[in-house]
Amino acid sequence: MKTVYFNNVYIKSTASVVGPREANGPMKDYFDVIFDNPLCYENTWEAAECRFQKVALNMALQKANLKKVDTIMAGDLLNQITASSYAVRNKNIPFIGIYGACSTFALAAINAGVYIENGFCNNVAAISSSNFCAAERTYRFPSEYGSQRTMSAQKTVTASGCMILSNEVSNIKIESATIGCVKDLGIKDGADMGSAMAPAAADTVIRFLSDTNTAPNDYDLILTGDLGNIGSKLFKMLLEKNGYKNITNHNDCGKMIYDIKTEDAHSGGSGAGCVASVFSGKIYSDLVSGKLKNIIVCATGALLSPIMINQKETIPAVAHLINIKRTD
Amino acid sequence: MEHLSKKEYAKMCKAVEPHGKNFLNYLYAFLIGGFICAMAEALREWLVFMKAEETVINSLVPIVFIFLSAILTYFKVFKKIAKVAGAGTLIPITGFANAVVSPAMEYKTEGYILGTAVKMFIIAGPVIAFGTLFGVLYGICYYIFGVI
Repeated sequence: MKTVYFNNVYIKSTASVVGPREANGPMKDYFDVIFDNPLCYENTWEAAECRFQKVALNMALQKANLKKVDTIMAGDLLNQITASSYAVRNKNIPFIGIYGACSTFALAAINAGVYIENGFCNNVAAISSSNFCAAERTYRFPSEYGSQRTMSAQKTVTASGCMILSNEVSNIKIESATIGCVKDLGIKDGADMGSAMAPAAADTVIRFLSDTNTAPNDYDLILTGDLGNIGSKLFKMLLEKNGYKNITNHNDCGKMIYDIKTEDAHSGGSGAGCVASVFSGKIYSDLVSGKLKNIIVCATGALLSPIMINQKETIPAVAHLINIKRTD
Repeated sequence: MEHLSKKEYAKMCKAVEPHGKNFLNYLYAFLIGGFICAMAEALREWLVFMKAEETVINSLVPIVFIFLSAILTYFKVFKKIAKVAGAGTLIPITGFANAVVSPAMEYKTEGYILGTAVKMFIIAGPVIAFGTLFGVLYGICYYIFGVI
């Protein structure tokens, strides 16, 4: 399946919601809602993550001047994507659950684009989220367990992002999208997601550039989801190996969301909420102001589970890409 | 993307591997782990001095350190020490206590029975299972060789 082009899909609004750690980072001025308490005054981490999604959706609807959308496409990192399905219950809006691990936001947006382009919907909300403590419960250890994290490990962000896509013409258009293939180059270390995901990101970007007959420097920004420090290095090395040298316009949401020096985040941030909140905050803001005109967002996801890791399996990953352009 | 073998990719990953502060990790593990064990030995010596029975000493020393580790875990302090100490807090009995208390705290949201009670051994389970198993094997050996 080659890159898909859209004629009729625009971004109407975005909203980003983050927790206190993310609000201390370099992107703090660009987030819409900041919770000073990662539990959001709920009783469980799972309920807190639901609340993040609800707030992100409501904020995006408010900004778009809409009471509701035709469909919600949402996902997260919890088992059975419960943060998303529980967040939208009783909203009476058709719901499509999406899972792409940390690439969920892009995958939701691509699917939303397809539905809008084909006239099934006028507007769709693409949402994803993650919560540090809920993700630790799902994938790793209890939060008070005294283990040392490796330097390659990344920290799951507590954040949510919502993008409302519409067929109503605006300045910011979804130009095209490339759906990723699942790549597995043998990484076994569950604490080194960057290395696991870099091949998937490189593969999708290379396929996109080849399909569109463009070069990396044709874009103002090549933004990956959460490769972190190590994954970003490997991503550029892989692109170089495939003839795309001297890439100076790459950045990564995992590297942007935390100040690596002050926040104890080792290789950077990660999680389904990472690209969702950074894109919905800083990046969208730069698109609106015209600072960015033509960008690639390539969200990356590691498709592991604790069971597969315990079975000594390696970590497959996927990366889904959207090309977003200003129409002027 | 042109084909890349797992071996070639592993080489690339090795080239960008972050060089952790290995020496410092070993040093802190040694110093903090050693300190914990030295304190345990000091407690044992004190109990001997207080003329406590041997069976009491053998139980009380681990109990004290389990208790301290549990309290520090509850007050969210243990993790901060463990971040620096690494194996220094993990290997002594303090690691075991933390491994039981931390999931017990975490899974309270699912209730005391299906949450806390079921989940409290998800990390420490192997310690209990293999500890019991090797205890039995040792007992058998001791019995056989003791008789002989």
